[in-house]
Amino acid sequence: MALLEVENLRTYFYTLKGVVKAVDGVNLKLEKGQTLGIVGESGCGKSTLAWSLLKLVPPPGRIVDGTIRIDGMDVTRMSESEVRSKIRWKKISMIFQGAMNALNPVYTVGEQIIEPILLHTDMTREEAMEKAQELIEAVGLPPEILNRYPHELSGGQKQRVVIAMALVLDPDIVIADEPTTALDVVVQAQILNLMKKLHRERGMSIILITHDLGVVTELSEYIAVMYAGKIVEFGKAEDIFLHPLHPYTQALIRAVPRLKGDIHKLEYIPGQPPDLRNPPPGCRFAPRCKKVMDICNREEPPMIEYEKGHYVACWLYAKR
Amino acid sequence: MYRVELGEEILKVKDLRVWFPLKRGIIGTILRKPPLYVHAVDGVSFNIRKREIFCLVGESGCGKTTTGKALLRLVPIYSGEAWFKPRKETLAKLEAMGVTPNENGMVEILHLPEKKFKPLRRDIQMIYQDPYGSLNPRFRIKDILEEVLIVHKIGESKEERLDLIERVLEMVKLTPPSEFINRFPHQLSGGQRQRVAIARAIIANPALIIADEPVSMLDVSIRAEILEVLLNLRTLLDASYIFITHDLAVARYICDRIAVMYLGKIVEVGDAREVIADPLHPYTEALIAAIPDPDPENRKKFRDLKIKGEVPNAVFIPPGCRFHPRCVYYDEMKEVDKELGDLCPSTEPPLVEVKPGRYVACYKYPLVRSLVKTGVLSPGREGR
Repeated sequence: MALLEVENLRTYFYTLKGVVKAVDGVNLKLEKGQTLGIVGESGCGKSTLAWSLLKLVPPPGRIVDGTIRIDGMDVTRMSESEVRSKIRWKKISMIFQGAMNALNPVYTVGEQIIEPILLHTDMTREEAMEKAQELIEAVGLPPEILNRYPHELSGGQKQRVVIAMALVLDPDIVIADEPTTALDVVVQAQILNLMKKLHRERGMSIILITHDLGVVTELSEYIAVMYAGKIVEFGKAEDIFLHPLHPYTQALIRAVPRLKGDIHKLEYIPGQPPDLRNPPPGCRFAPRCKKVMDICNREEPPMIEYEKGHYVACWLYAKR
Repeated sequence: MYRVELGEEILKVKDLRVWFPLKRGIIGTILRKPPLYVHAVDGVSFNIRKREIFCLVGESGCGKTTTGKALLRLVPIYSGEAWFKPRKETLAKLEAMGVTPNENGMVEILHLPEKKFKPLRRDIQMIYQDPYGSLNPRFRIKDILEEVLIVHKIGESKEERLDLIERVLEMVKLTPPSEFINRFPHQLSGGQRQRVAIARAIIANPALIIADEPVSMLDVSIRAEILEVLLNLRTLLDASYIFITHDLAVARYICDRIAVMYLGKIVEVGDAREVIADPLHPYTEALIAAIPDPDPENRKKFRDLKIKGEVPNAVFIPPGCRFHPRCVYYDEMKEVDKELGDLCPSTEPPLVEVKPGRYVACYKYPLVRSLVKTGVLSPGREGR
């Protein structure tokens, strides 16, 4: 049994202007210790997917269909208090986007780190503080940071604190939602190095959510490409980058300027992603796709395993 | 990407400094403590030629945006000069106001009275990072563009102005213009808005466009389109760009030359591709080593970061080379190479051409050292 199994997950936002289908039929599987990258552009539903896994979808959004199984437990059928006592922090935790704002400005770093420990375990304050100190050292910070307030730390230090917090109860899965977006490249590289190190030492699974194709390759063994609420391609990182199948993945890779090699003309994808209140029938990428065929506008392509472990949802590969 | 033939020099910036004073507080005032400054830009010099795309790169807080703003006089400068070659029409206006250009037809723009600078605002335009914040939400696209024309008194009649607006919208590929002209910014996507911002910058036919991170807020799939629009425009308009970015891959793609800034100063300048393929300054090297190029091999190794600590506060700039406290090369060599060990923490290195077209401010290079020691070039921090 996989550590995490997501089946046909649908998370919709019921806004006054209509139902936004942010996540619309997502299937995922993650084994213990694997690293998965979810890439996609803004508004493709990647953050909503992350929130759904923690059952933290903010209203007016809610999970309307599908199952999320973590260690065999069906999270979608659990009550809020069950999720809180059995899942969050213990099984799955999250490093939020914009660490700068994820910390409470009126508590010291130490107080914030021990809070979940005191709530979820029967450790004493002293024991919890010891644990916090161990974690803060594991993320490469000096122990005196525990007595500081968030505003006294630099961006990189805050991000390290947020990472330490995600690890307090030794979760099996850590979700990192754009963990380095607000950081400069040097600090970004330090944080990614740290996450690699933690992954090797602790063996937890990591789900990295990012829009940056460079960042995703730093950490992810598997990559899922999302477009307009759906996963359009999934496979090993090598398969995705060296033999991309979906026209969207192909175009995305060719749209990024590189630091090495010849400078070739960049491609861009004309048009813009569809309105998720009213997605086009058939394939959602069809209106922007260079290889569009008749069927693409009529029927939604099924996800097929084109090569071993390399899945794609595109009519170019599916048998009709 | 597309190399074009460059023309004569149109901008010469000399030793530009933008220092922001800090509030002293009552005790500081009573004790008459010397004022403290944030040294946002601290002695920056560069030249730009016609049709050139010149890139300022660096991390946040290195002064790249402030440099751009200073040239538009949006922030007060502390010292320095900038000589700019206006378009003919503008030059005629300036001469009528009593401004005399030098023998190359260039005018000093940072010390002109604001009134005399106004005609130059037509020649130097800016594109901002955030296309959501830089367009007035209550103006239609045509009003946003017409405003520029009215301010600079371009176009005799409403029809003529409208005609010009349509032509410019076509240049930025918002076609057909009639479909966009009456829309409000909120009815456009991010990429379309950024094209409106570009249209606004080019409608007065500027000679210099300062583009401050024009693609960083856009999705990857539309960035390339905006970059292409910018590249096409430079030959179409005969304009030069100062392209400000933190993204070295974008810089390599679009720019002719790159200037790498660190803590208010340029540490390296050179051909964009050469600088990235073979960085000379230890900081540039560290910066490039930190960037993840999309490659599945990345996850198998740790990134070797040849840089220590974090960017220091811009109030108390480290003495000597401002990078030396973070420099791994200095650490390794200071014992072996006594001369370097002495120079780095004491004397600021000047920017020296160590290879044709490649300038670097670092004592790693014997030429930089000998020029400072023999007094041919004064160290960078003179005049403080």
